[in-house]
Formats: sequence, structure tokens, C-alpha cells
Amino acid sequence: MLLQTRKIVNPRQIRDKLTQHIINDLTIQSATVNGSGSQTANLVLTRAIFHMGIPVAPKNVFPSNIEGLPTWYQLRVTPEGHMARSDKVDILVAFNPATWHQDLDTVRPGGVVIHEEVFSKAEVRSDVTYYPVPFSKLAKSKIQNDTLRKQLANMIYVGVVAGVLGIPLEALEHGVKRQFLSKPKAVQVNVDAIKVGYDYWQDNFSKTDPYRLEPMTGAVEGKVLVEGNQAAALGAIMGGVTVAAWYPITPSSSLCENLIAYSERFRTDPKTGEKLISIVQAEDELAAVGMAIGAGWAGARSMTSTSGPGISLMAEFAGLAYYAEVPVVIFDIQRIGPSTGLPTRTSQADVAFAFTLSHGDTRHIVLLPGTVEECYEFARDAFDYADRFQTPVFVLSDLDLGMNLWMTPEFKYPEKPIDRGKVLSKEDLERMAGDWGRYRDVDGDGVPYRTLPGTDHPAAGYFTRGSGHDESARYTESADAYARNMDRLVRKLETARPTLPAPVVDESTKSSVGVIAFGSTHAAILEAREALAAAGSPVDYLRLRALPLSDEVAAFVSRHERVYVVEQNRDGQVYDLVRLALPAQLVERLHSIRHYNGQPIPAAAITEPLLPKEAVTA
Amino acid sequence: MSTTLNRVGLPRDAYKGAATTLCAGCGHNSITNHMTKALYELGVEPHRLAKMSGIGCSSKTPAYFVESAHGFNGVHGRMPALTTGAQIANRQLIMLGVSGDGDTASIGLGQFMHMIRRNVDCTYIIEDNGTYGLTKGQFSATADLGSVQKKGAVNTFQPIDPCAVAITLGCSFVARSFSGDGKQVVPLIKAAIAHRGTAIIDIISPCVTFNDHDGSTKSYSWVKDHEESIADVSFIPYFEEVHVDYEPGTIRDVELHDGSHILLRKLGEDHDPSDRHAAMRVIEEGRAAGHLVTGLLYLDTTMADFATTEHIPERPLKDLGDAELRPTRDQFTQFMSEFA
Repeated sequence: MLLQTRKIVNPRQIRDKLTQHIINDLTIQSATVNGSGSQTANLVLTRAIFHMGIPVAPKNVFPSNIEGLPTWYQLRVTPEGHMARSDKVDILVAFNPATWHQDLDTVRPGGVVIHEEVFSKAEVRSDVTYYPVPFSKLAKSKIQNDTLRKQLANMIYVGVVAGVLGIPLEALEHGVKRQFLSKPKAVQVNVDAIKVGYDYWQDNFSKTDPYRLEPMTGAVEGKVLVEGNQAAALGAIMGGVTVAAWYPITPSSSLCENLIAYSERFRTDPKTGEKLISIVQAEDELAAVGMAIGAGWAGARSMTSTSGPGISLMAEFAGLAYYAEVPVVIFDIQRIGPSTGLPTRTSQADVAFAFTLSHGDTRHIVLLPGTVEECYEFARDAFDYADRFQTPVFVLSDLDLGMNLWMTPEFKYPEKPIDRGKVLSKEDLERMAGDWGRYRDVDGDGVPYRTLPGTDHPAAGYFTRGSGHDESARYTESADAYARNMDRLVRKLETARPTLPAPVVDESTKSSVGVIAFGSTHAAILEAREALAAAGSPVDYLRLRALPLSDEVAAFVSRHERVYVVEQNRDGQVYDLVRLALPAQLVERLHSIRHYNGQPIPAAAITEPLLPKEAVTA
Repeated sequence: MSTTLNRVGLPRDAYKGAATTLCAGCGHNSITNHMTKALYELGVEPHRLAKMSGIGCSSKTPAYFVESAHGFNGVHGRMPALTTGAQIANRQLIMLGVSGDGDTASIGLGQFMHMIRRNVDCTYIIEDNGTYGLTKGQFSATADLGSVQKKGAVNTFQPIDPCAVAITLGCSFVARSFSGDGKQVVPLIKAAIAHRGTAIIDIISPCVTFNDHDGSTKSYSWVKDHEESIADVSFIPYFEEVHVDYEPGTIRDVELHDGSHILLRKLGEDHDPSDRHAAMRVIEEGRAAGHLVTGLLYLDTTMADFATTEHIPERPLKDLGDAELRPTRDQFTQFMSEFA
């Protein structure tokens, strides 16, 4: 059965009561103009609040544009550390005249509106607190630096927000220093600009709203703020990547850009400039994945990174690597499709496509990181899976996970050495008297042995091809040889399946209702489970972390009367995959909740459709 | 068959491959023989050879020589990407790409051009017959304007000349030859292998089944009647002493990266292969005159190859161990703390 995707409720209709003081539990939304330097101001504010010990969850909602279009930054602050997007705005910073009225509509009753003084107040709401600030005038009169005035003007609003919420100057200074780690000279002008806003607020307003930020302990200690693409790039370094080929595409570009930066630091000889990695910006995604496959064939730990349109272009090569059994890691940082879609909005709609990418019978290993820590771990381990199973491994992240900062425990140093899989050396071949076949199933696990080009033994060479081949890699159109090979590939994937990241199951609620989710939906599920438990309808949870599906999934369904698969795509792609994997008598137990408007899924998108179905009747 | 061993101690038979499945008399089979001869005479160690190809008749040929070497028959028009990746994974490999005119000038034109732009160290042979053989005789993009298909259709589009394209892009080694001219093809292949960078050899190779008739400009009879060699090419590998018996001013001696020499004995027109303008002019003049100009058209031995530009080491990236690949525990801890 299918539940409708959630309609966004007009915030004016929400009439929840505000308590006297609201401490450390609020959402700030800044509405600015793309390309104006607002992102730096947003990050300074984020880091300042994080420095106070308060958990932060920033979401950048940006346009596909270099300069001029509206952009929003949502900074959610909760004592519990909720990381999902909120769909209510407590504090609006309105900097963009083009979206002023639209932005005002998003503020919850009783909320705060900090806005440019000159914005028209005609037909505005009476149920919010206004702090009008002459940002443009202040920038002109107080900021001396002509070239940086436009950027620094954004810092003024940081100062105003700090005044409203009570962020100490020390925390702001930390935020600036942290943000300008590589440009210490920029620190003072930015701090000065923040003070302009802070002083203006102190001199002109007295506080009439309920929102406060107060330093906390115990919530963020040992935690860091990392973007998923940073985490994946670090994971790739730790996974031993030696060749990466890519073509720029939002939202995946920052993965390889971070990889370049980390390679400068960890893989480059500072004296000679010699690099122990090659990162190639290819001419398109076909070339990018082709280079990665060529490198994987020749023995490199190789990868490419892309998003939806790139995945479409890589389909033919993915089939080659699957069928010819060449290791390669393919990152897909999902965005909204089909076609160009919404290039700067998030999605989980490539799952089914990536899983079977290519014509012909094809099944791939797909890893589904649900946190930035898993972006790191799965990126690292993907290279081992690719080498062990001699096949493409897809790591499906998304824009929300990949491009937003997430609070996370520090990542762990790998304890396991790099696993190169079944590679025969010259010595191995000598021992075997050269008696081997590239696609022979020697161990009965479907995983053959391979040799790398350059292995100095007369029996090492073989011909890799995407056309029909027998156990010795010879060309054949034999019906039996084809079927045998395809059956072995099934066995190989079955060998891989139980070794992949297992689902994380929480059945502590003892509920007869369960949810299944994966990827960045995890954050919203955690929050929704708290809300559902508080409403008297707790749910168990299985978080899927890889395809092909683990047997745990069917077992989880069998232990629950109703199971909701929650995902960020229109067609319920994983709902379908799970249904196909269930015995017929369990299929009816499965339900689907889908969110697909490009905004990261909020907890309410789960609780609102679920609660009416699952509310405990007295 | 000679049993003479080459300098790495291998007989010529060691360079043989599986039996060809191409048509009898196919120009591609001649090229296979030329490659076999060149590799044997150069003493290329089979385990260092990587035979790369795309899709088509031409791309099947890597199976027909040096069977003990690794080969990769990839997807249509994408041989350059696979070759680029393999080359940077292991710089010790000798990359030999075999492509066709459809594979290079149509579906793979972009990758062909970008490989040249990067100057990836490889030999790139185009077995050029102006036709799609495996799909039974459609025109390819190198077919000349006005040339006639076996069934009578006339080609109405301008041809793409891979050599002209390569020279325009600054390719560091550009040559053209004819499959029937082993005397010219073999030294060109040897020189291409010795050259460090992308070496393009466009070899006109008549398709006996679909494109060896009177209306074709890529038939045996047309090429024999219209071939004009710009120079007699000979090649002296680095391990042989250079003995040149020539009249001063009639031989041009160019030293290649590994110390090998390519000697160009001028025939008729004096062509300077280091002059890009001259290379384009020779092609254009030949075209205007209805001649197929063969020989080494352009050579630049000063350009750095891709792996050098990328600053990667001579030892293969594939051989790096955990200690070289992973930052230390301390470096990692320090790095993580910077995210706080």
C-alpha cells in the first residue's frame, strides 16, 4: 500500500504554543542571495554555536547558479542533537528582497524576523517579533574595506543573531578563526564586522522574543563537523586509492576536490612534488569511469565520483566491469532527477538504477552510508570489496549527506590492512606451474583469481573482454560457457552478500510496527522514532546499509505486523526491492512512505503519515 | 619460421597470437603481422605489453598477436580511457592500442582527442578502412567524400582525417601508412613504441569484403596507385649502434626518448617532421592532388607525457603498500582534530 508523500503544511496554520523561554532548541534560517558571501557567515555562526557545546545541524539549500538567485541556509539547534531538517523556522534572517514575503511565510508564530530595515512591512504578519536592521547603511558606514564590503556585510547579521540569542563574543571569534584557518589575516576584519551587528543590536533593541542559546556540556564533546564528501575523500585515502578519474558535477565535485586537497597533504613528496596518486579530470563521465576501470584492471585502487547524469553515462562501462570482473569504486552523490532535474537538491532515486546499472543481467554491490562516519568507512572499505570481489562497487551518498556539515564522532583509524583480493603473483604462478584460468571457480565461491598486467610469468597474460568468454578468458559464443559464467557471477555476489555492511536493527521497542530506511533518511528516522515513542506508538527500526539485500531484512519483516519503508524517491524503489525479496505471505505487511521534493526529509514527513495509522486506540 | 632468438631470448613464435577470425586478405591481418614483427625485433617483453582495443574488426586483432601478453578489449570508442587508466596505474607497461576508423573517428573521437591532449604514453594504431565491417559495410567518418559503397551508395559527407586532427591537437607523433607496406609500417611501429607520448599511426587497411572495389578510396588498387611516401623510414633501436650510410643532407636522424633513432631518408619532397605547418601542408597538398601521403608526418620529442606531467613515480602505483598509502595514526589524529 502506498501513502501519499507529505504535503508541506502552511506554517501559519500551525498554532503550537510557545513556552516562556526556548533554550537551545530553535532553527535559524538565513535567506540571502547566492554568490554574496553568505555561506562564510553561515558557517561562522554554525561553528560559534557548536563551540558553545550545542549540537548543530546545518542544511544548505542553494540554487543551481553562480550569483544572483536566492539561497537559504538552515541552522537547526537542538539539545538532543537532531540532525534532520526541520520544517519550521524560528529565527529568520531576511537579506534577500526577492524572497522577503515568501520567507516571512515560513516563520512559525511567535518566531523572530531579523530583516533589512528597508524591506516593505506592508501586509506583513503580526504574530512574529521584528528586529529591523539597516544592514546596507551599516556596511557602507562601518566597513572600511571596499573590496570586502559585500562579503563582510553578511558578518553583520551574524553579530545581530549573536545579540538576539546571546552568543558570547569568544565563541564568535572561535568561529571566525576556525573558518579562516588558512587565512589568519582575514580574522580581524570579520570579527570587526560581527561586532558592528552585535553593537547595533545592543544599542537599538531590547529582547522581546523567547529564544536563547546557553552553553552546554556533554553533547558535542569528541564530536567534529564533517561533510560527507570530505569523509568519503578521507575514506578513499585510507582505502588506498591510487587512481581517481572524475568529471565535475554537483553535488559530487567536492568529493574529488577534497581528495585533491588531502592528496597534496598525504600523498605528495614536499621536496620533489612526486605524487603517490593520480587524480584525473576527465573529458566526460564515460572517460572518467573508463580510466578508473583501466586503472583497476592494471592493479590500482581506482575510483570515480559522480551524480545522476554521470551514472547514466557510465552504464555501459559498468556492465563491462561487472562482466569482465574489474574492480572499481563508483561514488554516486545523488541529486534530484530524472535528466538535469534539480541539480542542487537531494534525492535517493538512483538506488534501483545503480543496483542493476548496465544492459543485460547485472547486479552490483551497492553501499548505502547513513552517516558521515559511514561515508568515511564505506568509502574506505569499498576498495577492499571491489578488489575482493573483482567487481564495481557503488557508494550511494546524496547531496544532503555529501555537501552539508554533520556532527559526528571522530573517525577511527583503520585496524585492518588493505585487502587486494585474489591476485596471483609470479611466484604463485611458478608454484602452480602456470596452470590457472582467469575465470575458473577454484574455491567454489564464485570468485576467480586474477593476474595483473606486468606480472613476469609466461602464463600470466590473458585477454580481458566484454564479449563472451570461457574459464580461460578465451572468446566463445558457447551457450553453456555463457550460462556457466553468468551462474558463477551469481555465486560470487552471494559470497559477497553476507560480508557487506549488515543492517543495523533496533527492536528495543518490542513494537509490532517497524520502519526500514537507508542513507541520509536515518537522521529523520531517529527523530521520528522519538516523536512516535512520545506519542505512544514506538516503532522498531532496520537500517539498510547495502545491496543486495541481507536476509536480515525478510527476518525483520517477519517479526513485525506492519513495516514502513521510508525513502527519498517517488517510486518506492527500495520498497519494491524489499517486496521482491519477501516470501509471498509477508508482502502485505510492507508499506511505503516516500518523500521526494528535493528538500532533506524532515521527521514530520514520517510521523505525519504514520501516526494516524499507528495511533494507539484507547 | 625463423627460430632466431631476439635480445630478450624469445623466438618470433613467442609473439604469435590466436588464429585470426577476420576475412582472408583483410588488411588488418597484415598489420597484425607487422606488429608481431616489430615487437619481436624490438624485443618487447610480453609481460610488459598491454594490448588495448575498443570494438570492431580492428579491435579484435589484439587477440591475434603476443598471446602471452595482457589484453583488454573494452567498449566501443573508449580504448583511450582504459589505456589512460592502465598507464597511470603502471608506468612500466608498454601500451599498444589498436582501434579502427569507426572506433576512433566516430564514437571515440572525443576520447581520441583528449588522449592526444594529455599525451598519454601509448602507441595508437588506427586500422583505417573507411567502413564498418562487422555491421556489414556502412560508411565510416574517414570515408572520402564521393567514395562509393559496395552496394552503390555514395558518401556525401566530408571525411575526418585522424592525422590532421592529431596534428591540430599537438599530438607528439603522427604517421600514416598502408597495411601492404610492411617496410614502412614496421619501423613506424617500433619508433612509436620507443616514443614517450601518444603516437598515432593511421594505417589504411582495405576491407576486402566491403570496401575493396573501384569506387573506394581505401581499396588495395586505389592506394597502390595513389600512395606517395614523404620519406623512407628506418628505425634503429637504442640497443643497436647507429651505422648510417647516407649522403649528408638526405637523411634526417631523430633521437627518441629511450635513445633509439628514427632515420628518415627523404624521397622527393623534403619534409621536416618537426614542423607542424609543413605536416598539415603535406596532408592538404596530398589531398588536393588525390594522393595518400604516407610516412612520419609529425614528431615532437620534447613534450612531457601524461604520467610525467602528473608527477607520478616511475614505479607502478599499483605496487604501493599500506604504509605509503595511508597517513600515520598521528597524522590521522591530527587531521581529524582539525574538523572540530
